[in-house]
Amino acid sequence: MKLSDLSDGDIRQALHRGLTLRIEPFSVYLQTDIHQIIPELKRNYGTRDIQLSEGFADFKVSLKRPRTFRRWLQPQVEFYQDFFSPFKPLPFNQAYPMFEWGLNWCVASQSHQYVLLHAAVLAKGDHAVILPAPPGSGKSTLCAALSTRGWRLFSDELTLIDPTTGEVVPLPRPVNLKNNSIDVMRRYAPDASFGPRFNDTHKGDVCYMRPTEQAIDDALVRAKPAWVILPKYKPDADLTLTPMGRPQALAALAENAFNYEQLGADSFDTLAQVVDGCACYSLEYSRLDEAIQAFADLSLARLESAV
Amino acid sequence: MTQLLIDVLREPAKLKHLNEFAWAQLLRQARATNLFGRLAHLIEHQAGAAALNIPAYVAPHVFAAKRLCTAQHACVQNEAQNIAKALLPLGIKPVLLKGSAYVLGNAPAAIGRMFSDMDILVPRDRLADVESSLMLAGWISHIDDEYDQRYYRQWMHELPPLMHMKRGTGIDVHHALTPLTCRWRADSARMLADAIELPNLPGIKVLQPADQILHSATHLYLESEMPNALRDLSDLDLLLRHHSQQEGFIDQLEQRAQQVGLVRPLDRALRHTHAVFGTPLPTSTLQRLGKISQPVLDALYFDAYRCQHPSGKRWWSPIAQWLLFVRGHWMRMPLPLLVVHLTRKALRREPEAPESK
Repeated sequence: MKLSDLSDGDIRQALHRGLTLRIEPFSVYLQTDIHQIIPELKRNYGTRDIQLSEGFADFKVSLKRPRTFRRWLQPQVEFYQDFFSPFKPLPFNQAYPMFEWGLNWCVASQSHQYVLLHAAVLAKGDHAVILPAPPGSGKSTLCAALSTRGWRLFSDELTLIDPTTGEVVPLPRPVNLKNNSIDVMRRYAPDASFGPRFNDTHKGDVCYMRPTEQAIDDALVRAKPAWVILPKYKPDADLTLTPMGRPQALAALAENAFNYEQLGADSFDTLAQVVDGCACYSLEYSRLDEAIQAFADLSLARLESAV
Repeated sequence: MTQLLIDVLREPAKLKHLNEFAWAQLLRQARATNLFGRLAHLIEHQAGAAALNIPAYVAPHVFAAKRLCTAQHACVQNEAQNIAKALLPLGIKPVLLKGSAYVLGNAPAAIGRMFSDMDILVPRDRLADVESSLMLAGWISHIDDEYDQRYYRQWMHELPPLMHMKRGTGIDVHHALTPLTCRWRADSARMLADAIELPNLPGIKVLQPADQILHSATHLYLESEMPNALRDLSDLDLLLRHHSQQEGFIDQLEQRAQQVGLVRPLDRALRHTHAVFGTPLPTSTLQRLGKISQPVLDALYFDAYRCQHPSGKRWWSPIAQWLLFVRGHWMRMPLPLLVVHLTRKALRREPEAPESK
């Protein structure tokens, strides 16, 4: 059964009891009485499989209203994994972003079966490009733009690398657009599905862009890393794509790894293997079209060299 | 359902009969009690013995927990050597305590043991030297509050926790095994003197096996670290099972407890491991323990072992937890001091936690 097979009323009831949502490669058991998240949940995860009885779930999460006097004046929302709440409460109207952030936290803090990078990742065919970069580098925007121009979205924030095979594993969840990039993307990809704008979160204004149907359908199809590209948005800059040494690329990946220390030598070996199989660049850009073209050229060059 | 994790630790064959929901519950209980690594090893061991097919949805969790454990153990090995190196010029060989001692000493309680920090024991009269040497090697205290600093230095048996500036690893430096103001006084000097150097790692020591058990028990019943209570009890179970294969070990252990003044924590640990995990004990010991009656305290602890995950909570669990917390303090400090300490703690404003991202 898919989430969108249920009416809003049914989803409301199901969420009250708790429902298991398949968000490949994970299963998430979500329990909440906050029905305000249903439209966004349906828009972003409508085509995902659900299960109404409580079976196995990788993450058991819930969204709650704190039971304090404050709820009468300034309602809030809290995120729990099992019985633990990793964050402070947020204003009630940010319930949906909190679900997304909470899920990020669950994956990033516990899924040590993968080497986890704070990086965007997409693929063209079997070849994946990893975009590690700190917030503010324009990584999400670039990732969103690529995902509407023939690149298959794996994730805008969480790169999962299977250390046993060296492959990246798709986690196609909505792209979290922030501030100016919301309007940029609405203009750049008017046909894509955008949700409401959540104003004044701790990351500024945020808006979720749904992955393409193809990206969601192929959620189980992994890819081999082929490029590591460190993007940097610089206003008015001309595009430059500079080859980067492998040690530097390795350092960039390690710096952006969530569980580099936790996994010790394993993560070094995995990342070294990734970098060995990749062409590595740093990219400076200001115009999205140019950047997309540069990615297309890279992909083409790779195909030609393979022939 | 609440007993699930304990049941499985006690009787791993039960893993075979779990349904999807029970598996999920089991992993959550193990996570809540820091027994995830140990459970993962147990699951794999059962699978290796062909007594279990690990369900596909459980496998990644087992894999993740095992990798985390392996890396943590490598880190502990590494840091133990770094600590030994830092203390070498002082001529002090650090004595590793608890988890790190199990790992470096290859004790059975090392299996799947997870860590938040490392504990070491050093001679009390060299404490200042040890602290400055560790500081030079990069371990510094992050406790700014002067009262907290004084609390540790004047009354406790350890320095304020140290953390490495670059690697982020934590050390608790103990100069005694029980707080200076504690109702139980361990003969720490004697236990320190009888510590043994690890044959494969000269320069690093661990307590002798009986003392490891005595310290583990003392720690369990003195510190109010309830989320780790079941893990500590499981450590004790594994240590006792392993060493009691040696003829007369339990007798020696009981004598040693007399010598160093830790009869009470030992008796309690023996009673509890036997009751919770079915740890085998000699009949004479069981008879002796049978005469001890502490029904209320036992009930509080049995509740603490199982209530760290909500599925094991009963309505009175929070009260029981609070009573044990108060009791931990009561054991550690004489009443007048305790009143002053708790009043100060209660009146002080908690500093704002840094914003989570």
